[in-house]
Amino acid sequence: MNTTTSSHFVPPTRFGIYDPLNQIGTMWEESFKNNGGFYTPNSIIIPTNEKPDSLSEDGTEGTPHKFDQEASTSRHPDKTQRRLAQNREAARKSRLRKKAYVQQLETSRLKLIHLEQELDRARQQGFYASNRVDTNPLGFSDNMNSGIVAFEMEYGHWVKEQNRQIHELRTVLNGQVSDVELRLLVDNAMKHYFQLYRMKSAAAKLDVFYIMSGMWKTSAERFFLWIGGFRPSELLKVLLPHFDPMMDQQVLDVCNLRQSCQQAEDAVSQGMEKLQHTLAESVAAGELGEGSYVPQITCAMERLEALVSFVNQADHLRHETLQQMHRILTTRQAARGLLALGEYFQRLRALSSSWETRQREPT
Amino acid sequence: MDKVMRMSSERGVVIFTKSSCCLCYAVQILFRDLRVQPTIYDIETDPDCREIEKALLRIGCSTAVPAVFVGGKLVGSTNEVMSLHLSGSLVPLIKPYQSLPY
Repeated sequence: MNTTTSSHFVPPTRFGIYDPLNQIGTMWEESFKNNGGFYTPNSIIIPTNEKPDSLSEDGTEGTPHKFDQEASTSRHPDKTQRRLAQNREAARKSRLRKKAYVQQLETSRLKLIHLEQELDRARQQGFYASNRVDTNPLGFSDNMNSGIVAFEMEYGHWVKEQNRQIHELRTVLNGQVSDVELRLLVDNAMKHYFQLYRMKSAAAKLDVFYIMSGMWKTSAERFFLWIGGFRPSELLKVLLPHFDPMMDQQVLDVCNLRQSCQQAEDAVSQGMEKLQHTLAESVAAGELGEGSYVPQITCAMERLEALVSFVNQADHLRHETLQQMHRILTTRQAARGLLALGEYFQRLRALSSSWETRQREPT
Repeated sequence: MDKVMRMSSERGVVIFTKSSCCLCYAVQILFRDLRVQPTIYDIETDPDCREIEKALLRIGCSTAVPAVFVGGKLVGSTNEVMSLHLSGSLVPLIKPYQSLPY
């Protein structure tokens, strides 16, 4: 049974050779297109004369062509026949276009998923270089941006090392460990935090707003931000239960430390508020609406210098809080505290990650 | 510098500040919280402002302002004050000068 197919889009088969899968599919569809009419192979119409190329692939079309045409002309008038043929052809082309379009959508979707994953990875490593240029209308030079990019890379390494230390502490505390070895781990952990504050101090000189907004941190961490980092008194609250059992003197010392922390934080916070107030005053000075404001910007720039010292002061409080805890606690208590602290931040990072994934899922 | 020596050796807590300095303000808030009323010298209003700044740095203050003296002795700037407080050593130092009500 020979039938012909006209379309260029159909995978090449020898013209006229019976292709069961292809034909059955098309026949099935076309039988519906013929208003559920009779299916006979003879009702599959030969291509019109407008498409000579599909006809002349090889010289064997003659006989089947004539055969079909003779059979069809005996049933349908020429005009209707041609119209039906054109309709079927259009339908086939339409189906193939739709198929191509759907394939394109699929590819784009896969590409999008891939890009999202890359973005996630980049975000974790923190390459915000391009975003920062947008938010900085005064246009810092490339030097500063590259310094911040360097900071972000360093921070990525810092987190890796942090996770390694946390894992080590956990392993070691679950087993038997000498005080000497534990003290070494505790000292390393402390030094690791102090290193971060040095990194932040250098970065704050390059872009204080970046540090103030905690841009290198994950979203959940930023939610708890206080002047570019964690709030020491809050942290003590979180860690307190993990030091049990404590000697009476230790309990007293920790209580006093918490109170001092709170007072120091309050004082620095109020200083920050005053800075905000004076900055707002500088920006709003003179006539608002005149359209020229170079002196106001100059004045505000000078005020902004103070922001760096606030970031440094906040980190100083964190530094001193850790130092005092180290003094008050035994080595083992300090190790447990540092483990708890480390895991607390890990959980915040996990929360951020989880939240971002949830936001992306289709509803 | 004589002026600095004279002003700093006044009784109680003495703080050299600049009105534009917000960390100075923070330190003042802290002392107020600790029930101390310090003597404040705003050096910005003083014609010898530059010399005073240099003198304070020479004495050993990490930043010229705020410069905190207790009982005539230099305690230091913001860093030193905060460190002292977190270590619990500031309150015993200012105890004689706690005059404000609770």
